[in-house]
Amino acid sequence: MSIFIDKKTNIIVQGFTGKFGSFHAEEMIKYGTNIVGGVTPGKGGQKHLGLPVFNTVKDAVKKTGATASILFVPPEFAADSAMEAADAGIKTCVAITDGIPSHDMIRIKRYMKRYFKKNKMTLVGPNCAGIISPGKALLGIMPGHIYMQGEVGVIGRSGTLGYEAAQQMKNLNIGVSTSVGIGGDPINGCSFRDILEKFEQDDQTKVILMIGEIGGPQEVEAGKFAKENMSKPIVAYIAGLTAPKGRVMGHAGAIVSAYGESAVEKVELLKECGVTISKNPSVMGETVKLVLNGKKN
Amino acid sequence: MDIHEYQAKKILAGFGIAIPRGGIAYSPENAEYKAREIGGLKWVVKAQIHSGARGKAGGIIICNSKLEVAQAADKLLGKKLVTKQTGPQGKIVHRVYIEEVTDIKKELYLGLVFDRSSECIMVVASTEGGMSVEEISKQKPETIIRSKIEVAVGIQRFQAREIAFGLGIEPKLISRTADAIIGCYRAFSELDATMVEINPLVISKNEQILALDCKMSFDNNALFRRNQVSELRDKAQENPNEVYASDRGLNYISLEGNIGNIINGAGLAMASMDMIKLAGGEPANFLDVGGGATPEKMVKAFKLISQDEKVKVILVNIFAGINRCDWVAEGIIQALQKIKIDMPLVIRLAGTNVDKGNKILKESKIKYIEASTLEDAANKAVVALKKLKN
Repeated sequence: MSIFIDKKTNIIVQGFTGKFGSFHAEEMIKYGTNIVGGVTPGKGGQKHLGLPVFNTVKDAVKKTGATASILFVPPEFAADSAMEAADAGIKTCVAITDGIPSHDMIRIKRYMKRYFKKNKMTLVGPNCAGIISPGKALLGIMPGHIYMQGEVGVIGRSGTLGYEAAQQMKNLNIGVSTSVGIGGDPINGCSFRDILEKFEQDDQTKVILMIGEIGGPQEVEAGKFAKENMSKPIVAYIAGLTAPKGRVMGHAGAIVSAYGESAVEKVELLKECGVTISKNPSVMGETVKLVLNGKKN
Repeated sequence: MDIHEYQAKKILAGFGIAIPRGGIAYSPENAEYKAREIGGLKWVVKAQIHSGARGKAGGIIICNSKLEVAQAADKLLGKKLVTKQTGPQGKIVHRVYIEEVTDIKKELYLGLVFDRSSECIMVVASTEGGMSVEEISKQKPETIIRSKIEVAVGIQRFQAREIAFGLGIEPKLISRTADAIIGCYRAFSELDATMVEINPLVISKNEQILALDCKMSFDNNALFRRNQVSELRDKAQENPNEVYASDRGLNYISLEGNIGNIINGAGLAMASMDMIKLAGGEPANFLDVGGGATPEKMVKAFKLISQDEKVKVILVNIFAGINRCDWVAEGIIQALQKIKIDMPLVIRLAGTNVDKGNKILKESKIKYIEASTLEDAANKAVVALKKLKN
């Protein structure tokens, strides 16, 4: 099993015919992902990459039976597209777009409150690398070949730092069950905690690697949740030891503005929750290996 | 994006918040004229820089005559003001704000921020105005009132009233205080702000509710739809290298150390800086050239880093995902043909086609130190720095 997606999941691409959308749709198809079409308003009825294009997400869902979508829509229009997906009955939507205004993100989250839990879409991102379940499907922009299939669930904010971790693990012959990028924005769809909950219920996942960074309460909230509710061990690395207070470090959400938001404070609070800390970013793979072995012994 | 106090006051006044009479001045003569225009017998001259804590740094001067106003302006204009928030490099005062002096009966704190936990807009208020909110939460946490606002329906009058009563405002001023709180909320939500802070919000002796000092920050991602806000950007208040970088689509922050670094991706950049620190060095900057690390971005990045006089060693760390290391290597070689670098250069490539990438670098004419892991790269950069010093 894996979380969110597998080989059979019907997936559509929102912002399908754009440069970015086209490029990554091709990469996902090459990986074996079941892309069944896409949406670009005004281009409905055309074919793109040999697949049907629809004007609305509702049309696409009706004709293709899509349950997941990936969003490459420019930031000005991305909030609208995410809400359209939620309303069309999409179950998992990955928003790759970087630069969505925070006020728009709050509006999306508020909009989704209208749905009952069983009908509610899971929004992953924005400003993230997406989801990969190695050997099964890619609903994101990560390079598939650096991920080996295995038993570690990965949750991270950053793209390239996540690749770094996957590579370190691959070099140690450790594979990944699913890797989920939750994105670097201050207000995001899914939190670390939401994904931990999914991994706890996933048979394939034995250990979880959380790659967090400065800013916001989510890493610590996840730690507290894990202490009470998780049976699987967690390894974490928090980036941004050298980040000055009050400055945005690239990711809009990576800013220390309150107690508990700096790297040192987060590490301390996570330790108290029983999380194993990777002491530097070069040993994320080794730390996971130690924990995995401990688990097996 | 931050703006000046006088700009924030003008915005808030447009949302119905009362402010003391005042005017902006660019010269001592100008300041004296403004004082005359404002009238009265007492004025305050306030340095306009993007920082709080200006009072303690000597940036706020009370004046009892128009001559004193001119003298205060003369003293402040062109001066570098170092506050607790500016860092040691300080910020230069290019304009001063002249304001009538308010007779204060009570000082309050009022702030609006995003609450990342509840994903609501949060109003924070306290009876202890004049102190920073960090100080208040340390020294008088019991005075802090927090109220979450549901964005779909916006602030309700009862919520504003509750805050006002919570601040101990006397009944006849409740309505006016509530108006001020609602005005701040509207400014926050209608202008894509990320922070509105009035500190202090004062009750004057003649029973007015006035914003005496205020600060606003805006969401950079929303500036495309807020032209009236974008216009208020004052690049003179920002680090020149940071302005150069942001104008060229690079994510850059200048820091105090001497190891310059060029990295793709914000998370990997923070992680690499952590490694430099753990290896015993100090990063000179944060620089994310974007996941793709295109040759054009690499040229801009090398140019930017080589402009920074603090930098003694450069560390390049690129993880090629969708792109390939051989392509990144060629980009680096091209960049170094355009930009001359005469200091130690450590390059670590990882990801797709890493062997090909390293081979291309080795066979080129560029002088560099090859590194294999994050840790190796940081260690080699620190060793190279130490060699320079010896």
